Amino acid sequence: MIRFLKKTFVITELEVRKIFHDPTEIFTRAVQPALWLLIFGQVFQRMHPMSGNMRYIDFMTPGILAQSVLFIAIFYGIGIIWERDLGLTHKFLVTPTPRAALVLGKALSAGLRSVPVMIIIYLLAFLLNVKLNWSPLSIFTVLLIVILGSVLFSTFSLIIACLVKTRERFMGIGQLLTMPLFFASNAIYPIDVMPHWLQVLSRLNPLTYMVNALRICMLNTEPPVNLVYNIGILIVVSAVMIMIGGVLYKRVIV
Amino acid sequence: MGFIVETLELTKQFGRFVALDHLNISLEEGGIFALLGPNGAGKTTAIKLLTTLLVPTSGDALIDGISIVKHPFKVRRLIGYVPQMISVDGTLTGYENLLLFAKLYDIPSKEAKRRVLESLEFMNLTDHARKAVKTYSGGMIRRLEIAQSMLHRPKVLFLDEPTTGLDPIGVKAVWQHILELKQQFSTTILLTTHVMEEADKLADHVAFLSRGKLAAIGTPKELKSSLKKENVTMEDVFIQYAQESAENERDFHEAARERKTTSRLG
Repeated sequence: MIRFLKKTFVITELEVRKIFHDPTEIFTRAVQPALWLLIFGQVFQRMHPMSGNMRYIDFMTPGILAQSVLFIAIFYGIGIIWERDLGLTHKFLVTPTPRAALVLGKALSAGLRSVPVMIIIYLLAFLLNVKLNWSPLSIFTVLLIVILGSVLFSTFSLIIACLVKTRERFMGIGQLLTMPLFFASNAIYPIDVMPHWLQVLSRLNPLTYMVNALRICMLNTEPPVNLVYNIGILIVVSAVMIMIGGVLYKRVIV
Repeated sequence: MGFIVETLELTKQFGRFVALDHLNISLEEGGIFALLGPNGAGKTTAIKLLTTLLVPTSGDALIDGISIVKHPFKVRRLIGYVPQMISVDGTLTGYENLLLFAKLYDIPSKEAKRRVLESLEFMNLTDHARKAVKTYSGGMIRRLEIAQSMLHRPKVLFLDEPTTGLDPIGVKAVWQHILELKQQFSTTILLTTHVMEEADKLADHVAFLSRGKLAAIGTPKELKSSLKKENVTMEDVFIQYAQESAENERDFHEAARERKTTSRLG
C-alpha cells in the first residue's frame, strides 16, 4: 500500500514539475470563471431572485467554482492522448507501477491545477463583496473539495480518452459532455426550480454534490455535518472512476 | 543454462490480421539480438508483447523464466524499454526525467541520485543535465532515453529502432553506448532496426521477420554465407528473406509514426 502511494506521488510530482516549467496555461484557464462571476452574476442579480432569501451572487459563486473545476478537468484527457502520441504512455506502462497509481497520480496533479482558479474566484468574490465564509477551516475544506472534484472529472476525462483514442473524437465528446453536465446541476439555479426530469438528472450528476458541498462550506447554508453525505458521494464516485481508469488506461495505446 | 528470453508459439492477432504468427526464438544472456524485417512484419508487435504492452492472443514468452502472461508485473521489473517515439518529457530537465523514473522502480533515494549522476556521466550528458530536454538534440534525447531505461539495471533491454532519425554522429554515439552497456552491465539487448549496417556491426544474432513469421535466424556471418554468393552484404540478406507486405494499413501508420519521430528528433 505504501509503495502504491509512493509511486502515485512520484507521478504527481512529475506532473507538477511540468506545470512549474510552463505555468502560463494555468492562468489563461482562470479567465473564464472571472467572466461568469462578473457579467453573468451581476446581470442575474437584477432579475427575480430564484435563489430565495440568498443574494444571487452569493448563491452562484460556489456554482461557478465547481463549473470552473469541471471545465478544466474535463479536457484533461487531451493531455493523455498527447502523451500517447509522444510515446510517454508506453514508457510508463512498462514500469512496475500499478495502473491505478498512474491514474491517481495524474488525477491529483489535475487537482492541483484547479488551485489557481480557486484563488482567483476568492479574489473576485472579495472584490464583489460576496458574503462567503472566510474562515481558514472553510477555505481548507473548499480546497479539499476542489481537489476531489478535479480528481473525479479528470479521471472521467481520462476514461473517455482511453475509449475514443483520437484527439478529434475526444474534442467532439468533450464539447458534448461539458454543457449538459453543467446545466443539469444546481450550479447556477437551485434544484427546486427545475422541471422534474432535470431534477432527476441533476441528482445523478456528481457536479451537483460538489456544488452542494461547496455551498455548505462557503455559505453556511446547512450544518457542516451534511457535508459528509455530499463529500462521501464524491469520494465513492472518484474511487470507482480511478479503478475503471486503471483497467482502461492501457487501451489508449492500442 | 537457460535462455534469458524465450518465446513459445507467441501469437498476436488484431481481428483477422495476424501480426505475429507462432514466434519461437530463444535469446542467450548477455548478447545483442537484432530483429529485422520490413514494416508490418511484426517487429514492433513482438517488442510490445515482450514488454507486456500487449497481451498475446495465444502462446507465451518467458523473460528470465517469468511468464509475460501470468506475471507481467514481475516481468516489468526485469526489463527496460526505449520505444521508437520520444519517451522523455520535453518540459522537464534531463536530471528530473531520470530521477523521477528511478523512483518508480523503488530504487532508494540516495542510490537513485548516484545512479542518475553516473548514467548522465556515462552518456556524456552531465553538462546538459539541468536544462530542459526540449533543448537537446536528437542524439542527446536518445542517449537520455537509453540512460533512463538502464537505471534499474534491467536484465533485458528492448530498443525499438534506436537510431531512427539521427544524424551520423548521433548514430555512432548510440552504437558506442549500446556496446558499452553490453560490456559494463552484461545486459541482454534486443533491438529492431532497418539499418543493416547496425545489425551487422552490433548484433551477435539476427532474426528476420516477414509477414509475422520467422523467416531466418542466425549470426550475421551465417546468414551472409547462406546466400552462397560473393561479397554479400546484410542488405542482400534482407532482400532475400524479407517480403514486402503492403496489404494492410498498419504500414501507413508505422511509416507515419516513423516520420513523426524523425521530424521530432532531427
